[in-house]
Amino acid sequence: MVLDDPVKRPAPGSRTPWHHDVKKDDLRVIGKPIRKVDARSKVSGLTRFADDLSLPRMLHMKLLRSTMAHAEIVHIDTKKAQALPGVKGILTGKDLPIPFGILPVSQDEHALCPDRVRFVGDPVVAIAATEEETAWNACRLVEVEYRELRTIGGIHEAAANDEPRLHDYGVRGNIHRLENLEFGDLDDGFQRAAHVREDTFFFEGNTHLPMEQHATLAHFDKDGKLTVWSSTQTPHYLHKALARTLHPLPAHHIRVIACPNGGGFGGKSDPFNHEIAAAKMAMLTGRPVKIALTREEVFWCHRGRHPVLMRSRIGVSKSGRITALDFHSYLDGGAYGSYGTASTFYTGALQTVTYAVENYHFRGVRFFTNKAPCGPKRGHGTPQPRFALEVQLDKIACDLGLDPARLRLDNLAPRDSLTANFLRIGSMGLGACIEKVTAGSGWKQRRGKLGRQQNGKYRGLGLACSSYLSGAGLPIYWNGMPHSGVQLKLDRSGLVTAFCGSTDIGQGSDSVLGWIIGEVLGIDPLGIKVVTSDTDLTPVDLGSYSSRVTVMTGNAAMQAAERAREIVANGAAEKLGVPAARLVFADSRVFDAEEPGVGMTFQEAVCAAEARFGTIGTVGSYTPPQSAAKFRGGGVGPSPSYSYSAAVVEVEVDADTGIYTVPKVWIAHDIGRALNAAVAMGQIEGSVYMGLGEAMMEEMAYRDRTHKGNRIFVHKIPSLLEYKSPTTLEMPEVVTYVIEDPDRNGPFGAKEVGQGPLLPMMPAVANAVFDAVGVRIDEIPVSFEKVFAALQSKQEGKDARFGPALDASGVPAVDFGESLKVKTPWQGGDGTAWNEPKREKKAAK
Amino acid sequence: MTEPSKVLATFTVNGEPHEVAFPPHKTLLEVLREEMGLTGTKHGCELGECGTCTVQVDGTPILSCLMLAIDAVGTQVRTVEGLADGAELSLLQHAFADLGAAQCGYCTPGILMTADALLRANKSPTREEIKQYLAGNLCRCTGYLKIFEAVELAAARGRGEQREPSKESIYGS
Repeated sequence: MVLDDPVKRPAPGSRTPWHHDVKKDDLRVIGKPIRKVDARSKVSGLTRFADDLSLPRMLHMKLLRSTMAHAEIVHIDTKKAQALPGVKGILTGKDLPIPFGILPVSQDEHALCPDRVRFVGDPVVAIAATEEETAWNACRLVEVEYRELRTIGGIHEAAANDEPRLHDYGVRGNIHRLENLEFGDLDDGFQRAAHVREDTFFFEGNTHLPMEQHATLAHFDKDGKLTVWSSTQTPHYLHKALARTLHPLPAHHIRVIACPNGGGFGGKSDPFNHEIAAAKMAMLTGRPVKIALTREEVFWCHRGRHPVLMRSRIGVSKSGRITALDFHSYLDGGAYGSYGTASTFYTGALQTVTYAVENYHFRGVRFFTNKAPCGPKRGHGTPQPRFALEVQLDKIACDLGLDPARLRLDNLAPRDSLTANFLRIGSMGLGACIEKVTAGSGWKQRRGKLGRQQNGKYRGLGLACSSYLSGAGLPIYWNGMPHSGVQLKLDRSGLVTAFCGSTDIGQGSDSVLGWIIGEVLGIDPLGIKVVTSDTDLTPVDLGSYSSRVTVMTGNAAMQAAERAREIVANGAAEKLGVPAARLVFADSRVFDAEEPGVGMTFQEAVCAAEARFGTIGTVGSYTPPQSAAKFRGGGVGPSPSYSYSAAVVEVEVDADTGIYTVPKVWIAHDIGRALNAAVAMGQIEGSVYMGLGEAMMEEMAYRDRTHKGNRIFVHKIPSLLEYKSPTTLEMPEVVTYVIEDPDRNGPFGAKEVGQGPLLPMMPAVANAVFDAVGVRIDEIPVSFEKVFAALQSKQEGKDARFGPALDASGVPAVDFGESLKVKTPWQGGDGTAWNEPKREKKAAK
Repeated sequence: MTEPSKVLATFTVNGEPHEVAFPPHKTLLEVLREEMGLTGTKHGCELGECGTCTVQVDGTPILSCLMLAIDAVGTQVRTVEGLADGAELSLLQHAFADLGAAQCGYCTPGILMTADALLRANKSPTREEIKQYLAGNLCRCTGYLKIFEAVELAAARGRGEQREPSKESIYGS
């Protein structure tokens, strides 16, 4: 076994080992449309998702959930439920007293609420029974006495009411997080601006809606070992949460196996109460326990897109160069912390990565409210500000009579540069993306000129751009260990087995391992065995979130494969009498580059190496480069690389009703390098689809009802029928351009593709509606009613706009305190805040 | 409450008889998955809203979450497990696998059963006809485009044409 030596990691600034500059023609696996390693199982119904598993003597568990939005639990009576035949176990909050949460700074959840419920759907009691229906029936027999508390319903309400506090931690009142970061000299930036505008935007929450409902199966064996199979994107974090909440069960007695996810999109990346409760129930009853959530319960789990209110003030020079940006975001976090700290920072992090913002001020606040907790959904915290910025730029272009595409091209952040907030940009293909979509859509000739069609409807074009990270530069909990690890086993049959903690959620991460290892070792990727997401067997990978897997797992796989190649090459070299450096690995052969006839099969080479060096195993691991940002809060935003996207959307609007359709979309995405052409296309098309859903119809809206004098917030539409998402009929024609601008930090130059292309869709739709009928919808979703209302308002000679109030009432009054002041790189800044108070270690609750 | 009483019935699933004892209020979905172990058929809502649980009953795609199992007695039920011809995948399955029309793969069995029924009824469906026929099957991963392309590819190959996926659908424009 070759041990991973951190000292061997490349020094900063040295040539990276990830082959980003290899020529396309020299690649045999990378970039080719090879089918995914699991594709045939998936089309045969053989992929085993969590709910497809069952074990002998298995019990079914159900959760009794709160019917109150905010209440103290006075008393729970489970006697009648206990007496029901078939009931084998009942758990309440007192059985699981240790709190948990995905972030160390917000350990504010309990598997079962011990003393207080904070939203309709908060779990209170878990019951396991021999039959699923018995468990449901038993839940109905439980009597819970609540003492209702006043509720906090939304952003304005939370800002205005410090009491009752949902949690006894956070900044103050119902403020969970408050951030105030200032880069450069805002006053100077605005003074030098020839044009300043201020806008208010709102982005309604929406949810992931994976087709698979979450499910978990837990088994506690008689040797004291716990195994949990679950639909989770983050088995490592679930493992940590189980070890914490099931104390004193040792962490190494816990095995988490992440099943293939039937869609995640961020919705399965928190450790969940039902996972912990199922594990505890298995320990209590001594029998396997399964819970499969209903669709309605998936809406209570949520962790989806935060509703965000935004105020943005932007200054530009006469030619449209951004001199200053002053951005405020107000997040409705729901009942718990979840990833909310990161979400808050992300609403201010990536604006600077697309366009060079000279001076930047970001203020963000996240509130607790009595609704299902919000968290990370595809794009995590960045789609909301991206919507605001891209619509605002469209307005600026209109104000100044500039082409919105030209305005963006003139403002592009330079490649290989540091942004105002110290994010390090590497490869940067946004310019190429804009050129592609504008050329393809006939932007120059058609924008602003489509107007009324023969059918009486109005057509318009809208452009928007975006960027996203290829994984977060820092792990979720502070540690110095790698973010991803891969182990390889090579055996005498010629089989290469890759072990990795990464989790395939449909994006193809299992296949990424195969492609990279197959390329390096010159073997068929479909012949490689991939073992993933099993904490007993596989080295840690932090999880399938933040678009990190291709770059981080990919680099770890490349390192492990390079090391295996070296061992095999040395074995073969000796046998062939050819210097190892001259050996080529291709077509499952190892041969002399100068005399290709001199060689052996890959299998023979493995045997030669094993005979010479013993059993062959290698490891690889990856840690992202150190961030340039050293100020508090600088940990969110840095990434090994940034992807770029540009989209042009065409809409056709019925000006009498506000009803519109999207007939065509042009999307370009700078992926660095496509590891697999067809799979990358699928990610881009899927992002376009999901972005259109968010733009046009999807919303996590709540019914504000009064019950016995108290308000309860019930999701308006917790079903797949009523939560509108696009069907085949709404899906437009999509022209996709894959831009390859290889980045030195990615395997073969690859960057992310799973999330970025979603981001430009929402603002592009809003901008297209404006181009068609001249009304601004400053709210997501751009629903038909809003377009209609804005058209009405325009007709009445009022504002041709729909959105939150532009005056002071539009956003709540929040005291953001003094900003942390950071000098920009061009002011000579070193990434620290010059007025930062001495850091206090905040105790995690 | 006592255990619900069960009924005994024989189903024909994928051409084979299955004798199963099951509570009479169980849906076809539940009996397929829980009593016969045919977990290839998935569920997304169990309310008839998403199409994930689609199987074919006498050749017609139906939502197995809305059909009582007892009503399927005497019919020919076909599930995703019955799509392949022995060890060989069907043309539709091949096309879905090769084009990446299955991402997470969860909605895939239901979409395959619907698309298979379409291709049996219509050897040359237009893009619009495919869209209409699949409108009741939700997919959150693909944006449907690779699914349309896979159905078209399988249809062409089913007509005996030598068809490969277009360059644009694999590499982009």
